[in-house]
Amino acid sequence: MQFMLLFSRQGKLRLQKWYVPLSDKEKKKITRELVQTVLARKPKMCSFLEWRDLKIVYKRYASLYFCCAIEDQDNELITLEIIHRYVELLDKYFGSVCELDIIFNFEKAYFILDEFLLGGEVQETSKKNVLKAIEQADLLQEFQEVLGVPRNPSPDSLSHVMNILMSQCTK
Amino acid sequence: MPAVSKGDGMRGLAVFISDIRNCKSKEAEIKRINKELANIRSKFKGDKALDGYSKKKYVCKLLFIFLLGHDIDFGHMEAVNLLSSNRYTEKQIGYLFISVLVNSNSELIRLINNAIKNDLASRNPTFMGLALHCIANVGSREMAEAFAGEIPKILVAGDTMDSAKQSAALCLLRLYRTSPHLVPTGDWASRVVHLLNDQHLGVVTAATSLITTLAQKNPEEFKTSVSLAVSRLSRIVTSASTDLQDYTYYFVPAPWLSVKLLRLLQCYPPPEDPAVRGRLTECLETILNKAQEPPKSKKVQHSNAKNAVLFEAISLIIHHDSEPNLLVRACNQLGQFLQHRETNLRYLALESMCTLASSEFSHEAVKTHIETVITALKTERDVSVRQRAVDLLYAMCDRSNAQQIVAEMLSYLETADYSIREEIVLKVAILAEKYAVDYTWYVDTILNLIRIAGDYVSEEVWYRVIQIVINRDDVQGYAAKTVFESLQAPACHENLVKVGGYILGEFGNLIAGDPRSSPLVQFNLLHSKFHLCSVPTRALLLSTYIKFVNLFPEVKSTIQDVLRSDSQLRNADAELQQRAVEYLRLSTVASTDILATVLEEMPPFPERESSILAKLKKKKGPGTVMGLEEGKRERGPDVNGGPEPAPASATSTPSPSADLLGLGAVPPAPAGPPPSGGLLVDVFSDSPSAVAPLAPGSEDNFARFVCKNNGVLFENQLLQIGLKSEFRQNLGRMFIFYGNKTSTQFLNFTPTLICSDDLQANILGSACPALPAAQCVWRRVASKAFNSRRSKPFPGAALVSA
Repeated sequence: MQFMLLFSRQGKLRLQKWYVPLSDKEKKKITRELVQTVLARKPKMCSFLEWRDLKIVYKRYASLYFCCAIEDQDNELITLEIIHRYVELLDKYFGSVCELDIIFNFEKAYFILDEFLLGGEVQETSKKNVLKAIEQADLLQEFQEVLGVPRNPSPDSLSHVMNILMSQCTK
Repeated sequence: MPAVSKGDGMRGLAVFISDIRNCKSKEAEIKRINKELANIRSKFKGDKALDGYSKKKYVCKLLFIFLLGHDIDFGHMEAVNLLSSNRYTEKQIGYLFISVLVNSNSELIRLINNAIKNDLASRNPTFMGLALHCIANVGSREMAEAFAGEIPKILVAGDTMDSAKQSAALCLLRLYRTSPHLVPTGDWASRVVHLLNDQHLGVVTAATSLITTLAQKNPEEFKTSVSLAVSRLSRIVTSASTDLQDYTYYFVPAPWLSVKLLRLLQCYPPPEDPAVRGRLTECLETILNKAQEPPKSKKVQHSNAKNAVLFEAISLIIHHDSEPNLLVRACNQLGQFLQHRETNLRYLALESMCTLASSEFSHEAVKTHIETVITALKTERDVSVRQRAVDLLYAMCDRSNAQQIVAEMLSYLETADYSIREEIVLKVAILAEKYAVDYTWYVDTILNLIRIAGDYVSEEVWYRVIQIVINRDDVQGYAAKTVFESLQAPACHENLVKVGGYILGEFGNLIAGDPRSSPLVQFNLLHSKFHLCSVPTRALLLSTYIKFVNLFPEVKSTIQDVLRSDSQLRNADAELQQRAVEYLRLSTVASTDILATVLEEMPPFPERESSILAKLKKKKGPGTVMGLEEGKRERGPDVNGGPEPAPASATSTPSPSADLLGLGAVPPAPAGPPPSGGLLVDVFSDSPSAVAPLAPGSEDNFARFVCKNNGVLFENQLLQIGLKSEFRQNLGRMFIFYGNKTSTQFLNFTPTLICSDDLQANILGSACPALPAAQCVWRRVASKAFNSRRSKPFPGAALVSA
């Protein structure tokens, strides 16, 4: 996958994940053009279109468009399901996710995406495992706060504490 | 709201976001943002050291502002500081910031790399995960330099956790994509292949992605992955729905992994080991069978996942192109999809069929669906689906259905979307030329093209039609007549005037006998359009007028009057003025003989490759099937004698018998050493030293292969040698056919192929002991997977016969 964009019906970008190195200017240009192209599509049209030399796979969930750009030899249908799986993950994590969740917790949306896709490829296809990883991280943060774990550790003392915490998380 | 209550929910951030959302105008938003930026700036510069929570909050705010679309030019240092925090979310936000706002300050990079190194070494899987994610997200050259050696070790180490292995694999993949030369080739390759057998399907998925990309560059190193992939795939496909637990997606077992394994298999030719090949065939048949079974769930996710695997399997079948049974089944399956309710499936079926159409086994099967495709072209509401239908018609076109297809494409053109018209015009032009049995049909088609979509008819197209008309005597009269009639339409496109002007200028005499198209009538017709045309067209028309002066003396004075008029002689455009002046003078001064010589009929153009094809390829972009540049050299075969030992080295002197076949002067090859053991010839290179020059006629044939995949390579009275190549993305193969034109059998006919080393491994057997009279034998020569889609020209092949 080359990039993934989430945007609203008004064309406001809610999430942008780029898997290829591009300058900021190029990113803005691509975003603008692509958002326009996708928003111009009618409801009954198919979910795939050719754009420049890429294939675009998009799907609309409520007020958000999920749009992925894949290369010529990539499989379109499985990309549709990548989008669906990501929505499922968000849904499970936020509990009935809506656009506002993604706006106010944008950093969480990125973290969840990173557990699922890395470098443009699917990393973990088990929903359980992805959610477990996110939960572990959240739990870890809670423990750290509760235990008052120092922020800038000296190497020895903290690793001990960390190991305890981690082993407790993985039970 | 989130399942885990987060004490770190940054209230300040939520308030800020709300404020932005409540801004009524763009100016208000910018004002609010600037206020916040000033606030953050002062906090960062402030005397009091910020605590981690606040730092995290402000960095997050900056990130939000950046993602809104505004530029951020500070905050990097604070983000980098967060990396060394031990608090998880602080670290996390720090990493997120630096992966989104990549900074090229070398000091910062050093600090970042340091932090990553610490996290990688920490053996804490969560921190390692963060670090690996960061490397995969940024993938810069500096990171590659720092970590490319480290990551493979993490990947294959026995004690690495599964999640870290997954991340490491994809991290390595990203680094490889951006800086391939920095990823060391090592003995970890076999260990990576071994990961395909891992218990954890997530690890297998990540490893498969990695191997697929690496195998394209070094297929040899990862060859062992093929059998492992086949067995893995086979196990998945035959598993019951409860076996794979959480890796089953809506009743489809491990669809992502299946698709990836099928992709991996497309990097290699069909497996040689019969057991492996049998298993793979069984697997593919199972997938095809499953498509016929009733669905286990009504949900679209189920059918999408199932069909994703099916389509990828069909891609593999097409790529192998070796099992006619599978190909035909695939074709039938796609045929069913062509009429499916779901638009997506119809779209994909049309797309897949395009590739099927080029395979010799299934080309006929594809053609049977022509009516469905034509209906799709006429009735589909989605323009992208219609476009695929056009592509498929183009791909399935051959002599038997060319007229029908061209007619359909022309009628589609009348209502087609403007953005795709030029492509359709090019395609119609190519098809019309390629399959024209009767060139009057070709001329009609092109003129129709101009009539329907004149604006999109590029120069290459109408140059070509003129070339063809000039080269073929039989169609000249017809062309003149048709063009004349078309020009009489009240509003005709300028391209038609150009073509018409040129053709009448050359061949107007062929219709001048008929009083309805007498010279004066022709002239008046053309001149009536004159003032409506642009400068280049007018220049062309002026040339036509002087040709008329030569052809039809009776209109000479009329034309001279026109040329003499001020609007010509004093025309603002220099070209037009010059032409008018010179033509006028020429007509006055020159005698009829000289005039006739100067304005003699155009001689036939030399046969050359149509530039239209090149233009179409350029237009479609690098993703399509491209003919790679190949250089070929060959020498005449030695016939009817005992086999002369084929010269093994590249710089051999031609065997004496070669001269007897009259190949023309073939001087002995110079003694220079061959470049690295092969006859490396690049079409465009200038180094003739190590190579014997071509036989005269083959120069053209040789150059032809730049744009064409098929054609005759060499021909003389005894033998015809042709070449057919097929390419799909990064894979290619060549067939050579030898045709015996004599009535005697060739005995001991042993063609030898000389080519570069890395191609040598892929040469399949090319001996054929006897070539019967007047027959033609195909030999598959080579299959090779090339580097990448954007392939570089690969070394040439030379053909030497014994």
